[in-house]
Amino acid sequence: MSLLEIKNLQASVADRQILRGVDLVVNPGEVHAIMGPNGSGKSTLAHVLSGKSGYEVTGGTVTLDGIDLLALEPDERAARGLFLAFQYPMEIPGVATMTFLRTAMNAQRKKRGEPELSTPEFMKRVREEAKKLSIDPEMLKRPVNVGFSGGEKKRNEVLQMALLAPKLAVLDETDSGLDIDALKIAAEGVNRLRSPERGMIVITHYQRLLDHIIPDIVHVFSRGRIVRTGGKELALELEERGYADYEQEAAA
Amino acid sequence: MPAVQETVEQVRSIDVDQYKYGFETDIETEKAPKGLSEDTVRFISAKKEEPAWMLEWRLEAFRRWLTMDEPTWARVDYPKIDYQNAYYYAAPKAFVAPKSLDEVDPEILKTYEKLGIPLREREILAGVVRPEGSSRVAVDAVFDSVSVATTFKEELKKAGVIFMPISEAIREHPELVQKYLGSVVPVSDNFFATLNSAVFSDGSFVYIPPGVRCPMELSTYFRINERNTGQFERTLIIADKGSYVSYLEGCTAPRRDENQLHAAVVELIAHDDAEIKYSTVQNWYPGDAEGKGGIFNFVTKRGDCRGARSKISWTQVETGSAITWKYPSCILRGDGSRGEFYSIAISNGRQQVDSGTKMIHLGKNTTSRIISKGIAAGRSDNTYRGLVSAHRKATGARNFTNCDSLLIGPHCGAHTVPYIEAKNSSALFEHEATTSKISEDMLFYCRQRGLSQEEAVALVVNGFVKDVLQHLPMEFAVEAQKLISISLEGSVG
Ligand SMILES: Nc1ncnc2c1ncn2[C@@H]1O[C@H](COP(=O)(O)OP(=O)(O)OP(=O)(O)O)[C@@H](O)[C@H]1O
Ligand SMILES: [Mg+2]
Repeated sequence: MSLLEIKNLQASVADRQILRGVDLVVNPGEVHAIMGPNGSGKSTLAHVLSGKSGYEVTGGTVTLDGIDLLALEPDERAARGLFLAFQYPMEIPGVATMTFLRTAMNAQRKKRGEPELSTPEFMKRVREEAKKLSIDPEMLKRPVNVGFSGGEKKRNEVLQMALLAPKLAVLDETDSGLDIDALKIAAEGVNRLRSPERGMIVITHYQRLLDHIIPDIVHVFSRGRIVRTGGKELALELEERGYADYEQEAAA
Repeated sequence: MPAVQETVEQVRSIDVDQYKYGFETDIETEKAPKGLSEDTVRFISAKKEEPAWMLEWRLEAFRRWLTMDEPTWARVDYPKIDYQNAYYYAAPKAFVAPKSLDEVDPEILKTYEKLGIPLREREILAGVVRPEGSSRVAVDAVFDSVSVATTFKEELKKAGVIFMPISEAIREHPELVQKYLGSVVPVSDNFFATLNSAVFSDGSFVYIPPGVRCPMELSTYFRINERNTGQFERTLIIADKGSYVSYLEGCTAPRRDENQLHAAVVELIAHDDAEIKYSTVQNWYPGDAEGKGGIFNFVTKRGDCRGARSKISWTQVETGSAITWKYPSCILRGDGSRGEFYSIAISNGRQQVDSGTKMIHLGKNTTSRIISKGIAAGRSDNTYRGLVSAHRKATGARNFTNCDSLLIGPHCGAHTVPYIEAKNSSALFEHEATTSKISEDMLFYCRQRGLSQEEAVALVVNGFVKDVLQHLPMEFAVEAQKLISISLEGSVG
């Protein structure tokens, strides 16, 4: 069975149609890249998949592991293994990152009927993962994303993904704001998570990320739908020629 | 935004159903005749077997009160109170001051048990259910108008600490009571304080002798049980030179359709180098969703840093009451003295909160710090009102004030009313204030990580109040945290 199946998904925000019939199938083990111009609806797709309020689904279906994803609350989707690395991670004043990570992990475990992690177990895992991502443990004592640099926020997203070990991860421009070294470290973090059971959707504007996270399939997204699908060489082609051809195609 | 709407609906639907302390204890009581007159005052004084000076003091207060008007400056709105249509004294029937807990009416003990208050010394001593590292707590329990049990009396006595119902202190330590009662909140201070001075029935009395660090937390739990009865307790705490005491206060009341008046007076006196830490978790019945019933909490709390380098610190978590009118204050009289006010005030449903503090700098090099966190949800109104003043002679006075408000949903209000008066040029006052809304994006971020709506709200709110929560003694911090989630729980289905 496919991991994620999106059929003719349509959604609007503030009475404006943004998604105009998205079709996408992600099988276990696959990494899909989505590229496309600003404002074409990539983040909207990520938000609709994860259940953000304010979006109205006007048609189509989405299943994760065969289950109707759109019928679930956002936290239930998360507990079933959907993770979104945000394009703009939120700041939560007064809540230590460590507390946030622990609350999130235990909330998901509870929903799945698993026992909570003990403090030593949790600390050990966080320290290990933080180290792999070159995140200073001191940073984890600070409130979630408050005063973090753009790159630190993105690395924090990858850390959360590593700890929550989702079945399907959607990374929305996780590369933007990262310097060259950080980009490598974050990409390695993502690659470590690649496995035969997991699927990933990597939204990006730049080929350079795809040098590190080599996708199985590349999609071009334009005006609310996927207008072309190909192998990893499609990304190179886009880098050279831009989206002009597709914009016309999508408008047609 | 559907999720915001949902949150708001949930918040709206909560309060009463969430109020877990709304039960009533069925017990026979003896009451003063209904209404308020000199006879009522005499009745109370006689019940308490008070000396003549005490009765005189009360009568003077009562006569003053007759000439005073109810204050109207607070941002609260409530129907006129009929002071003649209430009882001013209620005591469990055939009440004889108990010598030990075994003599306390089991119904009352059960009530306190239900409230989760550790009255039984042996349980405390046995060390069951005690979180690691927590200290023991001595408890004075006030049920309607009388104190029903005080624990750890003997052990405290050994340390020289006096901790007893104020009614007992009036008889046993008249010299102390006479010296200090009304010395911080004068008889004619304000309408409600004056009323309290006339009819107060019980409360706690604490005296810490010079150089003594009180060996345990002292605590009073107030419970209003009777119908149509006001509660007027009086607390007097004196920390003599170089002493230290931490005092906790908790309060609950049954659910009732009518409003009940609670007008307490608390006076604190700290001599040279002494420190008093006073913490409150106020959870009086807040009324139902439509604003019916609930406690009117009109309270005067004031601390006098009388001695040099003395320190008084107020920490409060206010979640209950239909109306809260309360400004725990510090008079910084001694040179180098320090006042602190840490407050979390949560309003939900139709609750109205007008609360804050006054820091009156009189001595040289006095410092004060105010951290106030107001959280408004439902259709509630939440006002911070604070005064910081420096007298002409208070050179080098310093204050730091931080007032943050958090709004949940579109129908509540938060207001900040700071008054600042500096009568000398060396005073340095800093004021910060912010108002924020719980943002839908923040909640969604949490929910995407697996938190339910209520867990997300609790997490964000706990982050918001953290700076204050950490000032509570550990036992109370846990309780307060739970209370905060419960108060906003409807927000949370
Ligand atoms: N709340 C909203 N109200 C109105 N329009 C919105 C709202 N949210 C998104 N949009 C619009 O939807 C369109 C798609 O936005 P989206 O963020 O999905 O684009 P994107 O493909 O992720 O772009 P980028 O590459 O710049 O991140 C944009 O035109 C945006 O302005
Ligand atoms: Mg985007």
